Amino acid sequence: MLSSLWDNQRLRSWAGQILLLALFGATIWWLADNTLTNLAVRSIRVGFDFLWRQANFPISESIVAYDPSDTFFRAYLAGIGNTLLISAVVIVLATLLGLVVGLGRRSRHPLVAGFAGAFVTLMRNVPLIVQLLFWYALLTTALPPPRQAWQPLPGAFLSLRGLYLPGVEVDGHGWLFCLGAVAGAVLWWRGAARVERRFDLTAPRVAALLAAAYAGWLVLLWLGCGIGLRPSLPRLAGFNFEGGLRLSPEFTALTIGLVIYTSAFIGEIIRGGVDAVARGQWEAGRAVGLSDRQTLFHIVIPQALRIIIPPLTTQYLSTVKNSTLAVAVGFPELGLVVGTVINQTGQAIENVLALLLVFLTISTSVSLLMNWYNARVALVSR
Amino acid sequence: MTIGYLGFAGAVAAGLLLAGGALAASTLDTVKGRGKVICAASTGTVGFGAPDDKGYWRGLDVETCRAVAVAIFNDRDKAEFVPLSGQQRIPALQTGEIDILPRTLTWTLQRDANGINFTTPNYYEFTGFMVPKSLGVTRVQDMKGAAVCVQTGSTTEVVVADISTEHKLGLKTVVFDSIEATKQALFSGRCDALITDAAALASTRATQAKNPDDYIIFPATPYMDALTPAVRHGDDQWKDIVNWSFQALIAAELFGITQANVDDKLKSPDPRVKRFLGVEPGNGKALGLDDRFAYNIVKQLGNYGEMFERNLGRGSPLKLERGPNALYSQGGLMFPLAFQ
Repeated sequence: MLSSLWDNQRLRSWAGQILLLALFGATIWWLADNTLTNLAVRSIRVGFDFLWRQANFPISESIVAYDPSDTFFRAYLAGIGNTLLISAVVIVLATLLGLVVGLGRRSRHPLVAGFAGAFVTLMRNVPLIVQLLFWYALLTTALPPPRQAWQPLPGAFLSLRGLYLPGVEVDGHGWLFCLGAVAGAVLWWRGAARVERRFDLTAPRVAALLAAAYAGWLVLLWLGCGIGLRPSLPRLAGFNFEGGLRLSPEFTALTIGLVIYTSAFIGEIIRGGVDAVARGQWEAGRAVGLSDRQTLFHIVIPQALRIIIPPLTTQYLSTVKNSTLAVAVGFPELGLVVGTVINQTGQAIENVLALLLVFLTISTSVSLLMNWYNARVALVSR
Repeated sequence: MTIGYLGFAGAVAAGLLLAGGALAASTLDTVKGRGKVICAASTGTVGFGAPDDKGYWRGLDVETCRAVAVAIFNDRDKAEFVPLSGQQRIPALQTGEIDILPRTLTWTLQRDANGINFTTPNYYEFTGFMVPKSLGVTRVQDMKGAAVCVQTGSTTEVVVADISTEHKLGLKTVVFDSIEATKQALFSGRCDALITDAAALASTRATQAKNPDDYIIFPATPYMDALTPAVRHGDDQWKDIVNWSFQALIAAELFGITQANVDDKLKSPDPRVKRFLGVEPGNGKALGLDDRFAYNIVKQLGNYGEMFERNLGRGSPLKLERGPNALYSQGGLMFPLAFQ
């Protein structure tokens, strides 16, 4: 009887899996229980109540409006905003530079190929943190102090405190406006596709009507969100420049460092992808009378994309995570903010957990987006 | 470094996850079993905690820890120092990685209420600004719009925000993780001012400025902080030992007992001195220590005054005045409790 149960392969595999699950569950329970007990013994506060307390500490720059009188939750938002900003800027710029580097490596021109090769070797082999510190040191020692700032163009000032440019100050709900504009564009795009099936979209009257509808929506939004614009010029006031658009040395150093480092990897990914497309494709392109450039962009790269996208996704994910190296140069991305929050609240576990969750969410979103794109460019066999 | 502190935070979390029953033994037994006291140290603040050119740790905080090592082992070198950043120090204490946290730690309500206990302040201190003289700034009110470098993991982040709000200064803070990066940013001109404890500023100015006379230091707030060695919650005996080891240093100064004359003082007819030095037994035993623990501390380290002058005062590059750190009898705040 027992031996027949033992010999039942299906039962055995089920029993094995249930045992494993039970062990896993028990381990989690043991760890959680242990942690709570230990926290209680050490009289350390537990929970996320702190999120609604006043943060009191400053954040040097943030695209989400933040003030020390805001809550810890708001500080988190400021950190997340900065992480998203730096990640997005770096991903876009590094991809463009990476394309140049990757194609440069394949150039027939020895100087271009050699330079691109040296760039890749150097940037891939110097640790990122060293590069960041290098750029930061360069930006904060080579430039003049604010009172003797360089003025490369009227209204633009370059100094130790960063680059100040003439800008525009926006009143009202700028975020809501942007959100509405994007939502409107998406709807318009979708609607246009439906309209196209019924009418001829190329007919000037239909196109003009749609454009006018979108323009009307924008005007409504503009008024509804109370948007007001004022020009803002940087001027020296006391120690620093006030007003205008500002690129801080911290943000600039981090952007330059991350873009250059990441583009070296992306360049290699792109070169590898392009090389992997069969030579015959180039010859075919030439045979139908396309120039090399046309062949590259219309025949080779579309095919190379399905080789490029998966490793590129990995690279984008690394970039998001690499942004936490910003602590070294003082740019307040989420890692630096959370570090401060841990110190102010003394609640390491909750904050590390929150940090993990946020990064997991960002990384998963990036990876889902890239997978969706990958599915679109994947070879479809009919 | 970011990897460092995130990794560290992870380690702390893991410590709390896994540590089970480690707290059962008293800290004193653990320390005795290990044969040395483990203390947090600064990552390099001359005068409070920094290794000298031979790698021997020196400073007021370091010697506060050595006093405990003497109290337990009668050997000032039975102490180990773990350099920790402002971020790392409190979790390290909470998880049992270190036994004592004497590291320019300001006594605050939030910290006290959250898993650590403070002993006796070993240094009273103003938060100060250090500014290049060339800017012509001499007080907080002059600092409108200035860029201020701050190290994260300290109370100064909050202080700087408070000052900015109170005086409507619009200070632009630049926050760094390491104190080295923070100092570098001041010297390179990235910031107009560096804010931290005035003594740490004096230490930075004396040891790292190209020309110390180019910088001035002035108080950032009228409020004084008490830098206080801390211990974990939940072990009162250990808190007492750390407390009274430091008390021994200031009491010795009040009694006029120095490293040089401590042996002569054993013959003192004063009953308070007799009790203090353990000639009349009882004090040490009550704490679970040798009855001569106070004698041993003074014999090996001198009194608080000697310690101060050696690390921060006349015998050091910092040349700080005693100020609020003098004994109460000299107009300061150091007040020894009764050894009886």
